[in-house]
Formats: sequence, C-alpha cells, structure tokens
Amino acid sequence: MGKAAIFGIIFGFLLQKAGVAKYHVLIGQLTLQDFTVFKVMLSAIITAMIGHRILLKRHQVKTHIKPFQPLANIGGGVIFGAGFAMAGFCPGTGAAALGQGDFETIFYIAGMLVGSYIYAESSGYIDQHVKAWKDKGKVTLPQMLSNEKESFQH
Amino acid sequence: MNELSGGQWSPYVAGISIGLLTLLTFKFSDKPVGASSAYATLAGLLGKLVAPIHTMKLKYFKENTPKPNWELVFVSSAIIGSFISAWTGGEFEVRVVPELWEQKFGTGSVSSYGLSGFVGGVLMAFGARLAGGCTSGHGISGTSQLSVASWVTLISLFLSGVFFVQLIY
Repeated sequence: MGKAAIFGIIFGFLLQKAGVAKYHVLIGQLTLQDFTVFKVMLSAIITAMIGHRILLKRHQVKTHIKPFQPLANIGGGVIFGAGFAMAGFCPGTGAAALGQGDFETIFYIAGMLVGSYIYAESSGYIDQHVKAWKDKGKVTLPQMLSNEKESFQH
Repeated sequence: MNELSGGQWSPYVAGISIGLLTLLTFKFSDKPVGASSAYATLAGLLGKLVAPIHTMKLKYFKENTPKPNWELVFVSSAIIGSFISAWTGGEFEVRVVPELWEQKFGTGSVSSYGLSGFVGGVLMAFGARLAGGCTSGHGISGTSQLSVASWVTLISLFLSGVFFVQLIY
C-alpha cells in the first residue's frame, strides 16, 4: 500500500506536469487542435514497450493482458469516448485535475461512481452475452498476426 | 534543468517519465498502471454502506470485492501528486467550471457543465468496465504490452471522442 501511494503521487505529479490534467488540452486533442495528449501517450507507450520487453526477458516482470473481446472492447471504447467528449476528463486525468483545483471534476467523479454501479448491476448479463461473444483470450498483436499467417497458409 | 522545475514539462519528457513509472509498478508492485477500476471499487464500498446484501450479490463485486486496494490508493494518491505539482509549479487555481466551457456556453454555466460532466462520467465508467480499462490501463499499460484488446479499445475510444466532441464544440 505504501508503494501504491508513492507510485500514485508520482503518477498525479507527472500527469499535471504533462499538461494532460487540463480540460482544454484534453478537449483540444479530441478536436485535433492540440496534440499534447498524443505526444505524452506515445512517448509513454514506446518507453514502456521497450522497457517491458527487456524486463520480461530478464524475468523481472509478468505480462498483464486483458482478453480481446471485440464487442466489449469496441462498444466499451465508443461509450467511453462519448463520455470523454462530454466530461473532458478521463479517470486518471480527472483525479489529477481535482488536485490542481478543478472542482468541477466532482460532477464527473459522481458520474463515474454511478456508472460503475450501473455496470455492476448488469455485469452478470454483460459477461454472458457481450464479453463472451467471440472472446479471443489474452492475445497480443504479434500472436494474432502470426496466427493469421498460419491460417492463411493452410 | 530549468524546464523541469517549471509549471509544465515537455510532453515527451513527461510521457517518457510516465512510461518509466509503469515499468516501476510492473516490477515492484506487479500491477499495471490503471485508474478506472478505483472508481468501481469506491462505488462498491459506498454500495456496501447503503445496500450491503444487494451490492454483494452483483457479479462484478463478487469477483472484485470492494475493499481499499492498490488501485484505490494509487488513484487517490494521484490527486495529492497533482496538487504538489500544481502548487509548486504555480498552476494551482480553484475553478468550478472549465474555462473553455464558459467561453462557449457563457459565465455561470456551472449547472450545464455539471450535467454534461456527470453524464460523461456515467458513460465513461460503464464503457471502461465493459472494455476492461481506460486511457491508463488499456491506453498505456496494455498497449505497451502489444495487447490486441488495448489497441482496439484505445483506437475506438479516441475515434468516438473525436466524433462526439463535434456535438459540443
């Protein structure tokens, strides 16, 4: 728990320093007028991608991959994106925005709590009918591409 | 190092630092950086206070017991970290409505943003749980492991956000 607190403080610190806790920066990315969010995310992804691969080869980390469930991932992403446009914050940046004095995030946080509970109410149905549909399991891009190559050859 | 002590860093420096942080959480906590599940945990804790029997009957909360866990501490601490950054960088400023929203919808548009922010929050929480993560969990932790689910979710949510923002701005 102590580590969670230290890592969380660093995460909030970095999100604020990156400028991605600001409403106009996040909306600016969606309106394609400000590419700060892309720059931050791609730098983070590339750094973590290289680092994770090195650490994985040395058996110092494990993989944490979620199953590819097309309907749930695409549907969830589309619903999330609509909410992102309406709120202007996302779960991590919303917490960081509160820390820099944006108290309007209270509305957004209240919505997140209600939305989470609504999801829990429907989780039995969703697991069975949405997530299970064409569930591909914990698959990575290289695995999927090499599988396609094999099935193409057969 | 002047650039590093200022209010805002280069997005590349901040991004690389966030990438390194995810490596630290993988190595030392065996956890991916993620934010959305903390809200679900908090919702479950509040649900347990109001309606304990009903809440614990729900499949999601049976599988993800609501208790103060790593993710909840991580996200709560992010509020403190951002406060430290904003305060020391001279960027701390109390607001109740986003400036851009006020420019578009007029001063005193707290209630209209409040409604939009609330509904947005409901949709995002639902969408994140459905997809299995958000801009942090899928967008950074998952994509960097080349997870198909994460790339599909990240691309879907950005395209959707780009589309729906047109209805507002």
